[in-house]
Amino acid sequence: MSDTAMTPPLGVTTEPLLARRLLICTVIVLISVLLFAPLIAVFSEALSQGAGAAIQSLASSDARSAIRLTLIVATIAVPLNAAFGIAAAWAITKFDFRGKAFLITLIDLPFSVSPVVAGLALVLLFGANSTFGAWLVAHDLKIVFAFPGIVLATMFVTFPFVARELIPVMIEQGKAEEEAALTLGATGWRAFFTVTLPNIRWALLYGVLLCNARAMGEFGAVAVISGKIRGQTTTMPIMIEMLYNEYLSVAAFSLAAVLALLALLTLILKSVLEWRYSALLAATRRH
Amino acid sequence: MRANTWRSPSPMPGFGLSFGIMLAVLSIVVLLPIGALLGRGIAIGPADLWDMVNSRRVWAALGLSFRSALVASIFNLVFGLILAWVLVRYRFWGRRFIDAAVDLPFALPTAVAGIALTALYAPNGVFGQALAQLGIQVAYTELGIWMALIFIGLPFVVRTVQPVIEELESELEEASATLGAARIYTLRRVILPTLTPALLTGFALAMARSVGEYGSVIFIAGNIPNLTEIAPLLIVIRLEEYNYDAAAAIGIAMLLISFAMLLAINIIQIWSRRRIGLV
Repeated sequence: MSDTAMTPPLGVTTEPLLARRLLICTVIVLISVLLFAPLIAVFSEALSQGAGAAIQSLASSDARSAIRLTLIVATIAVPLNAAFGIAAAWAITKFDFRGKAFLITLIDLPFSVSPVVAGLALVLLFGANSTFGAWLVAHDLKIVFAFPGIVLATMFVTFPFVARELIPVMIEQGKAEEEAALTLGATGWRAFFTVTLPNIRWALLYGVLLCNARAMGEFGAVAVISGKIRGQTTTMPIMIEMLYNEYLSVAAFSLAAVLALLALLTLILKSVLEWRYSALLAATRRH
Repeated sequence: MRANTWRSPSPMPGFGLSFGIMLAVLSIVVLLPIGALLGRGIAIGPADLWDMVNSRRVWAALGLSFRSALVASIFNLVFGLILAWVLVRYRFWGRRFIDAAVDLPFALPTAVAGIALTALYAPNGVFGQALAQLGIQVAYTELGIWMALIFIGLPFVVRTVQPVIEELESELEEASATLGAARIYTLRRVILPTLTPALLTGFALAMARSVGEYGSVIFIAGNIPNLTEIAPLLIVIRLEEYNYDAAAAIGIAMLLISFAMLLAINIIQIWSRRRIGLV
């Protein structure tokens, strides 16, 4: 919402000045205590023994391998989920078929399942104590306590992000433009790349941004399936937990500060998208 | 074109490809694992399943997860409504900054939030010290779990109610005022009923997220069995003991809670669409 589109309501349609001031103060105080204080705590704890100690702990081999693993996992999981999101949004918005609402509910399911339950479910499917898992192990395909498991767990928890952003935008845009392209002789792929993709690119970027933030920070599901093998299956959040439990506070908070910086960057990019390209995002994102 | 009762005919290409990719990925990543969990439950059998859930420690953990999620979500319901109202209706310095900051809990990894909150509320932390003088201990008590879940669930109600407040027609408020209603009466009898579906949706989303929350809670909770041990942690403990059946039993109990939440969200949305045409 832009400031010019809605002038501040006055007179009978607003609250008395005193009430307004009181509410604004409540909001500022509570937001500071609930949101800003923890954020500041991350950086002050990381720098509690100087910037040198923080940087040194980030240069350790444990920290570097955790950062590397987190980046690789996100590089695989996020594009896969983006591809899924585009396919799902295309199937759901361009065609009419029965059971669509149920399908959307299934796509949203990971939002309401506990990450730990997600990890547990993956362990039960792919773990060595299940029939399928035993077969995988016999063929030397390790998923649980290994890299593929971490990718699957990350995909599970970030599953709905891209599809959720694309579906409302593509419903709003309809299919007239694609139909015009097809009438003019374009192939399906050409219509997608020259008509659909430019229309949805900012919504896609928005979804990928949120998906990536969650992918790099996922803890519960990865904690269950990774087996926490130091230097091999420890992503950044898992490493933070290990360092914290070993009372290596500066090292834990330095790694946490890197993720907090990433979160801040995500919020800034997200706000920029909301302000500059609001018309091209889903209606609920336009504020 | 083939006559098809399941889907309406369409000139658009790519149905097979996009539907196939969607179904394949959905199955591998979500449906098969969830099916494996439920299948494990069937293999164990209802009697044994019930025996494994029906212990003091499991009930305490499930009760704690549900109760603290409820407390935190009720706080977020009230504060989220105030926050959304202030952000849409009032103009003040720093409004856009706060608006952008509301999504911080979505962007900040849960483990980071967990250790940050613990550092603040631990007996030697900034807030912990101040509260200790008042005789309140937050970290390593149930109060700490509430703080973590309030942090995690903060954006949900705000983000579902905000767009609805933006769409409110000021004519309704003007009419109410013209007819002699006091402002507080207008807010209670005109505004609040319009916002109720969105408020309930946000509340249910926050609940669903908080019940299963793990990363931000385990650092601040203290994790004492029967007292501050949340259900997801108990699953992790059972898995570390290689007791897969007991882990699956608690997992299924939590999954049923998730399904109930999802059902509640869907019912609220159908009800709200019928009532005022808003999603």
